[in-house]
Amino acid sequence: MKTALGKCWALSGALLAILSVRVAADDLDAMSRDDKQWIMPAKNYSANRFSGLNQINAGNAGQLRVAWTFSLGSSHGQEAAPLIVNGTMYVVGPYPNELFALDAVTGDLKWKYTPNTDPASQGEACCDVVNRGAAYDNGKIFYNTLDNHTVAVDAKTGKEVWAVKLGEISRGETMTMAPLVAKGKVLVGNSGGEMGVRGWLTALDENTGKIAWRAYSTGPDKDVLIGTRFHPFYNWEKGKDLGVKTWPPGKWKIGGGTVWGWIAFDPKLNLIYYGTGNPGPWNSNQRPGDNMWTTAVFARDVDTGQAVWADQLGPHDLWDYDEINESILLDMNIGGKQRHVLLRPGRNGFMYVIDRTNGQILSADKYDTVTSASGVNLKNGRYQPVMSLAPTLGKTVQNVCPAAPGAKDWQPTAYSPVTHLLYIPHQHLCMDFKTSEVGYIAGTPYVGATVDMYGGPGGYRGEFAAWDPLKRKKVWALKENLPVWSGTLVTAGNVAFYGTMDRWFKAVDARNGKLLYKFHAPSGFVGQPVTYQGSDGAQYVAILSGIGGWAGAVGNAEIDPRVRAGALGFNGATQDVPQYTSGGSALLVFSLPRAPSQNNGKNNAKPH
Amino acid sequence: MRSRISAAALVFALTLACSAQAENTLRVCANPNDLPFSNTKGEGFENKLAELVAQDLHQAVSYTWTNEHEHFVRKTINAGKCDVLMGVPAGFSEVDTTTPYYTSGYVFVSRKGLNLNSMRDPRLRSLRIGVHLIGDENTPPMEALARQGITQNIIGYMIYRDTQVKNHSRLIDDVAAGKVDVAAVWGPLGGYYATRAAAPLDVALITDTGRFAPAMFQYPIALGVRKGNADLRARLNEIIAHERPAIRNLLRRYGIPMVETPARAAG
Repeated sequence: MKTALGKCWALSGALLAILSVRVAADDLDAMSRDDKQWIMPAKNYSANRFSGLNQINAGNAGQLRVAWTFSLGSSHGQEAAPLIVNGTMYVVGPYPNELFALDAVTGDLKWKYTPNTDPASQGEACCDVVNRGAAYDNGKIFYNTLDNHTVAVDAKTGKEVWAVKLGEISRGETMTMAPLVAKGKVLVGNSGGEMGVRGWLTALDENTGKIAWRAYSTGPDKDVLIGTRFHPFYNWEKGKDLGVKTWPPGKWKIGGGTVWGWIAFDPKLNLIYYGTGNPGPWNSNQRPGDNMWTTAVFARDVDTGQAVWADQLGPHDLWDYDEINESILLDMNIGGKQRHVLLRPGRNGFMYVIDRTNGQILSADKYDTVTSASGVNLKNGRYQPVMSLAPTLGKTVQNVCPAAPGAKDWQPTAYSPVTHLLYIPHQHLCMDFKTSEVGYIAGTPYVGATVDMYGGPGGYRGEFAAWDPLKRKKVWALKENLPVWSGTLVTAGNVAFYGTMDRWFKAVDARNGKLLYKFHAPSGFVGQPVTYQGSDGAQYVAILSGIGGWAGAVGNAEIDPRVRAGALGFNGATQDVPQYTSGGSALLVFSLPRAPSQNNGKNNAKPH
Repeated sequence: MRSRISAAALVFALTLACSAQAENTLRVCANPNDLPFSNTKGEGFENKLAELVAQDLHQAVSYTWTNEHEHFVRKTINAGKCDVLMGVPAGFSEVDTTTPYYTSGYVFVSRKGLNLNSMRDPRLRSLRIGVHLIGDENTPPMEALARQGITQNIIGYMIYRDTQVKNHSRLIDDVAAGKVDVAAVWGPLGGYYATRAAAPLDVALITDTGRFAPAMFQYPIALGVRKGNADLRARLNEIIAHERPAIRNLLRRYGIPMVETPARAAG
């Protein structure tokens, strides 16, 4: 780490400028340690979604009850994490992407901001018109709208401070991810890998919205921001312009690798970490080559965007395994040495432990059923696909596990420094490819492959698992009938929270998975639970209920569940969702019942 | 401050206005900017065909315009927003289909003199070939090219985007301008835009495709009705049988390449 730091400082010309900007980062980093608040979707830069609050704990979580609720009014998939900053809760809805500010204790609506989101953007989103949340810094709330704007809204007044357009819906681009703010930069990326979009991550000045840098996922080094600081750990990832050379000529220009997932930040190393989406829109047999840097993890200098290392987790992706999943930053003792690692539950079903200083893959273990790869070669860092399972027109390929959404998709995990376990909400799905009957898109008939997904071995489709990263094994797991498409949260009270697509909000004992509490919500969950302490001293847990997203699109009646191959093949695996839920948009806030003494006095003025 | 000219909102408003007068109309779902098939000005051959069919039914045409791509069928006719789609492959499983009213095929569009029609022509290894992209599935010519290992000289054009930005002509324009040597495209697109191109172009149905099955190169095209709407389908079948000469003339006027004896029926 020391050497990496030294290099970083030696190479940064404008040391003073960097130092002065660092103040903002320190503020946000410090704020994120205040467990009364939840100021970014991942809770903190390490992205562990852990809160030190313990008023709600394994001993009393069974008494949880709903404190208040709020309806966002747009019944699409509710994937956003609410933020709680200085006593106010901020929550962003799916298209049309309204932002609501609520009193975090009473639920009173303070203001609402309605962006002018272009309705045409709805037709471009591949997998429901979701939004994964907002970010906060220096009195402003930042988030993305489906039609490719990043907006900054005054956190007090709800007035728009700036709005910048970063992409084109007419090119198939949309934006759904939650930004990360670090050192005065708002980091945002695009969606739409199947639509001929070239993926990018863009850093905006938080005060003006002006683009500070943009790093493409494909193309020449100058576009990918690969320069003298780039030192990938493995030899096959070294070389000039690999983002061009690993594609047939020109195909990188619309090669996918979108950035619609999570970003973590290590303030000491000054590096951000994020993954890129699948290659597209080319069928794999029309894009021979490693298709760099799609399905890859990047480490970049937050100030300049310059890449420091990258690992391409899925060279020449065959099964749509986006690698946009979260990275959790941990310091772990591995083989007697303290290593600065990032933990990454890959879409491909492998739990990666990567040295975040240099990109070395230290281990990659299966955390769910994997038939599509034999493993990851730790000598050269290469994923080993099972080529006999490659989708081929005219050939039926069966039992590809995990299915296209991966063993885990975007839904983020949480890590507890108390139990030293990683909590993984995920799906347990396999898929078949078979040549379909005639298809028809935009005036062009063709014969393509039908993807059919179904529950993996054991017949269940989802799981909430606890993983020990040191022992590299699953400690316990709760099987769920449907994919677990919600995020999770773990607390010092040893409670982990998640929601299911069949409408159950659950609190489980983080040590052993014992169910402590469940609540039957208005609609299924694809959201992210957060926790905070109100000005009344009570600990609250908040999550959005509202089925949707890729897995849940069938649940909000957008798709005819009889068509097994709808929603890019997901319906087969989730076609019974309408038996459990329909769409919704309810924010649910839970707390423990108040002690009678507490109710006297300060809370009388605010009945709820 | 953020100026968004919302074409879709306008279209939506128009749609509402149209569906208000729903009684005794032929309710058609169509793409608002998708020539030669349809546009909001009624200039596409599917617009003309809708008028012809509606006339025979003693109805007026009302449109629901949708810029959807892969979810078009489920969000339009199968959501009850209309009763007829004017062009779907015969046997298309998401709807019930009528008797086909024409059969077309994938074509090579090239500058005069190249005389290209075989899918196994060795020149395909070196010519710059433009194709339409439809998500991450291959069109039949792309599949045939990939299976011959022809991947280095393929240039992709997103078909979805073109229907929104202007029209499908960009690929054919690039053939005329010499930016690509040949386009491998669905016949109605190739034929229509080739006749309007800036340079003389050849349009040839692609041959020697047998070994690339199950990729099919020719498709009979029919009208689509909602599953179970046997009544409407029967009436439409009568009209198709009765109007066959008029329909053929219409398609000829639009330069649609037609297969006289279909190689095989889709299904």
